[in-house]
Amino acid sequence: MNVVHPFEGIGASVRRKEDRRFLSGRGQYTDDINRPGQLYAHILRSPHAHARIGAIDTTAARAMPGVEAIYTSADMAGIGGLPCGWQIHNKDGTPMAEPKHPVLAEGKVRHVGDPVAVVIAATRQQARDAAEAIEVEYDVLPAAATLAQAQAPGAPAVHDDLPANLCYDWHIGEKAAVDAAFAQAAHRVVFETTNNRLVPNAMEPRSAIGDYDATTGEHTLWTTSQNPHVIRLLMGAFVLNLPEAKLRVVAPDVGGGFGSKIYHYAEEAIVTWAAHKLERPVKWTSDRTEAFMSDAHGRDHVTRAELALDKDGKFLALHVQTQANMGAYLSTFAPCVPTYLYATLLAGVYSTPAIYAEVKAVFTHTVPVDAYRGAGRPEATYLLERLVDVAAKQCGFDRVELRRKNFIATDAFPYQTPVALQYDSGDYFSTLDQALQSADWAGFEARRAEAKARGKLRGIGISTYLEACGIAPSAVVGSLGARAGLYEVGTIRVHPTGSVTVLTGAHSHGQGHETTFAQLVADKLGVPVANVDIVHGDTAKVPFGMGTYGSRSLAVGGSAMDKAMDKIIAKGKRIAAHLMEASVEDVEFERGTFRVAGTDKTKALAEVSLAAYVPHNYPIEELEPGLEETAFYDPKNFTYPGGCHIAEVEIEPETGRVQLVNFTAVDDVGRVINPMIVEGQVQGGVAQGVGQALLEACVYDEAGQLVSASMMDYCLPRAEDLAPVSVATHTTLCTHNPLGVKGCGEVGAIGSPPAVINAVVDALRDYGVEHVEMPATPQKIWSILHRQQS
Amino acid sequence: MYDFAYHKPSSLAEAARLLAADPDAKAIAGGHTLLPALKHRLNRPSSLVDLSGIAEMRGIRREGDSLVIGALTRHEAVARSSEVKSAIPALVHLAQHIGDTQVRNRGTIGGSVANNDPAADYPAAVLGLGATVRTSRREIPADEFFLGMFTTALEPDEILTAIAFPIPEKAGYAKMRNPASRYVMAGAFVSKGKMGVRVAINGAGPCVFRQAAMEAALAANWSPEAVAGIKQSADGLNSDIHGSAEYRAHLVSVMAKRAVQAAG
Repeated sequence: MNVVHPFEGIGASVRRKEDRRFLSGRGQYTDDINRPGQLYAHILRSPHAHARIGAIDTTAARAMPGVEAIYTSADMAGIGGLPCGWQIHNKDGTPMAEPKHPVLAEGKVRHVGDPVAVVIAATRQQARDAAEAIEVEYDVLPAAATLAQAQAPGAPAVHDDLPANLCYDWHIGEKAAVDAAFAQAAHRVVFETTNNRLVPNAMEPRSAIGDYDATTGEHTLWTTSQNPHVIRLLMGAFVLNLPEAKLRVVAPDVGGGFGSKIYHYAEEAIVTWAAHKLERPVKWTSDRTEAFMSDAHGRDHVTRAELALDKDGKFLALHVQTQANMGAYLSTFAPCVPTYLYATLLAGVYSTPAIYAEVKAVFTHTVPVDAYRGAGRPEATYLLERLVDVAAKQCGFDRVELRRKNFIATDAFPYQTPVALQYDSGDYFSTLDQALQSADWAGFEARRAEAKARGKLRGIGISTYLEACGIAPSAVVGSLGARAGLYEVGTIRVHPTGSVTVLTGAHSHGQGHETTFAQLVADKLGVPVANVDIVHGDTAKVPFGMGTYGSRSLAVGGSAMDKAMDKIIAKGKRIAAHLMEASVEDVEFERGTFRVAGTDKTKALAEVSLAAYVPHNYPIEELEPGLEETAFYDPKNFTYPGGCHIAEVEIEPETGRVQLVNFTAVDDVGRVINPMIVEGQVQGGVAQGVGQALLEACVYDEAGQLVSASMMDYCLPRAEDLAPVSVATHTTLCTHNPLGVKGCGEVGAIGSPPAVINAVVDALRDYGVEHVEMPATPQKIWSILHRQQS
Repeated sequence: MYDFAYHKPSSLAEAARLLAADPDAKAIAGGHTLLPALKHRLNRPSSLVDLSGIAEMRGIRREGDSLVIGALTRHEAVARSSEVKSAIPALVHLAQHIGDTQVRNRGTIGGSVANNDPAADYPAAVLGLGATVRTSRREIPADEFFLGMFTTALEPDEILTAIAFPIPEKAGYAKMRNPASRYVMAGAFVSKGKMGVRVAINGAGPCVFRQAAMEAALAANWSPEAVAGIKQSADGLNSDIHGSAEYRAHLVSVMAKRAVQAAG
């Protein structure tokens, strides 16, 4: 019998099945894979932000030991540029500028780290040695690394045919309605801010191995990807012109992504192409410094926002003007981040009736910028939640009450925002109240006074936020410029004796899918978690899939599995009805058991599956043997997790050091499958959000050199930078997917940065400080205090 | 990393011979500075002379009113040493707060002092206690040892073997770490004893240096307040994205005050 004991279904904190493998060092990451006869690629990268490439002399390098080949863009003629998966249109309806993103630089380099040549040798060291012997003539040109530099009159052009460096000038919302509302507003509050550029820093650096079987003509690419099918599609169709049937992409164990491993990168195309050319496997693995200058970066916005309020504090209108740094080329999903993943979120949890947002995307001589944990939504949330605090302060409202006053009412769902989205469910009052209580908001002033006695400035900050994830309805995103569908695929294969293999197009790179997805099967089909295997990350095994990002795996991928399980149950009922000599309409199914309603006649799933594969007593005339079903699930809407984050900090005035001392998160992520995994996801997200707020800054100098190119200068959060993160959930169900789930992967990184900065500003309330830009480093805080004192 | 030859001598004399015979050879102890430099291809020695097999460079012992720490002593050993704790507790505190566990279990006091990274911890203790650096051929007073950024009085084939710290009446160390690298952004090591009152500042400038005005103030009045008000000039101090020269100058006063507080 399939009795699930102890309970492993939805809501159980089942320990992660994958952790034994990971914690004992037996994960199989791309760099752990070695193919017979494998060669190693080293990429020679530009040391300059902007230069014209003259002669490339590879004579000496070619003569060096172990060198098999050296390629430059001249050798890759006919190879397509790296495609962009999303097309944004300008205010005037014309499409965005989409300059070619060559696999190897053609004529010019446009950022430090731009690939110029590739050396392929017998060992990694030999490849690197030879790369150092390549002589490249660079005619160094002035560079523009920042948004301000790139938009200044006479700025150096990143792409010759684009003198203004403008990728697009886009807008959303009703300008006239916003203007009218501002005209009669009692209060107008202006807030300007920079959302700091970040470097994702997954624990595992990117790696790729290309292999080619000349006897079958099959190409295989092992790569550190969050979405192998997407890479197969993009690289096969747009770059190398390979048919899907001859291209297998495998993303084995992947050690973190945070978005940075969504995109199709040049190195994937290089090793696949070179493996074919040389008929030898070719491996490339990034080192950490290389990762800093070649993995897509995140954020990097400059924004001016203005909020109109009536005399009672009701929000009347919001006008936002944002400039977004795209970097030197368009990464795969870059254009949609500051538009449809950002400006559409500007209503937040508030019933602001009129919103107008304008976004200019600008090319600069920097590493391309793309989605990074939260992608657009952290930028929107940070802007809104800082703006609300600034408004409360300037207009004399209590910051909590101002939020409460403007919340979308709990009975107003579905709620149509003025910026395209329609929220299906939420309860912002409950998450707020629960967080206020959990964080002891009311008792804060006593803690502040106690801290003051110790010479510390203590502050508390709040953020009430919402995000849109579970991306996405294909027709909707298609109409907004996406060049892909965003459904997901799930196959449920019930084996003859009742164990289950699940094939999913979602990809796990730290999220614990092997456990959570198995729990879905345990809950619905009654198969123990130990007997459910999750297969992902291989285009040769999984029918299709769009991968994992945007907190979509459960909401979209899980829903596909659920639909496939519905088909399994429907077929199983027909088999069971035959076995029990009952009418199919009378057969019920619950957690592993088929029963003739109102009787004690039952058949276990394993008996039914055995009959399906050994069809001796089987309705063979009307039903195919076997018990395997596939479903494609295309979501009807985004999902809208939200909640309340409260941060408490202490500042040491002598040094300016900010210490997070307490963090409370109460999130509505919809139905929770595994509370332990949700807690871990939120804590990890909060750690990244605290990193953005207090520590992390990707810094380019005036010449476009990447100053923060290693951990020596780029400050990731360490354990001691964090505080206990209290995680709780308050659930309203998603109304449009079968599981009622919303997603939890990004809420931590989205909700936390403004809570932390609001706490920092609150700590400095006696110093007349209006705002502190992220990251709030010791030096920055000291400078503010020092300025105030002198 | 480029290829290099590897030697592991078992005596100081043999190590000195190997270094003298090859001007492009480098001595390596814990390797916590040299190995990353090699991995980044910033250094290309023809050979590495691994000092870890030399027994005479190990050990912590009292010699009269000095505490002598062998150059190969790892940070973790200093941090856990009851001998050091009873003689100079400030050194234990310093060693406990170098880098992280992995660094403390590999890095050595000799390597740190010989390398003279401006952001390293030990040079502040050596200068701040008026220690004597013992080498394969002589003894060098701390005041004559640290010459500039990554530069010391050591000759190319001269090996630092031990450091003799005079045991002070009082000593204390405080530092502000670079948030990213956790190296010292500004630190102060203060002491009072037969070497007089000494204040050594690390992290802030290109090389560890003595702060004369603070020493004079503490000589007159050993108290945190005595140094808190003394301003360090920002001229010539280091400046980077984490800390301007002005910020570092400010931190020098704060850390000196805290070091005196810690010394008691």
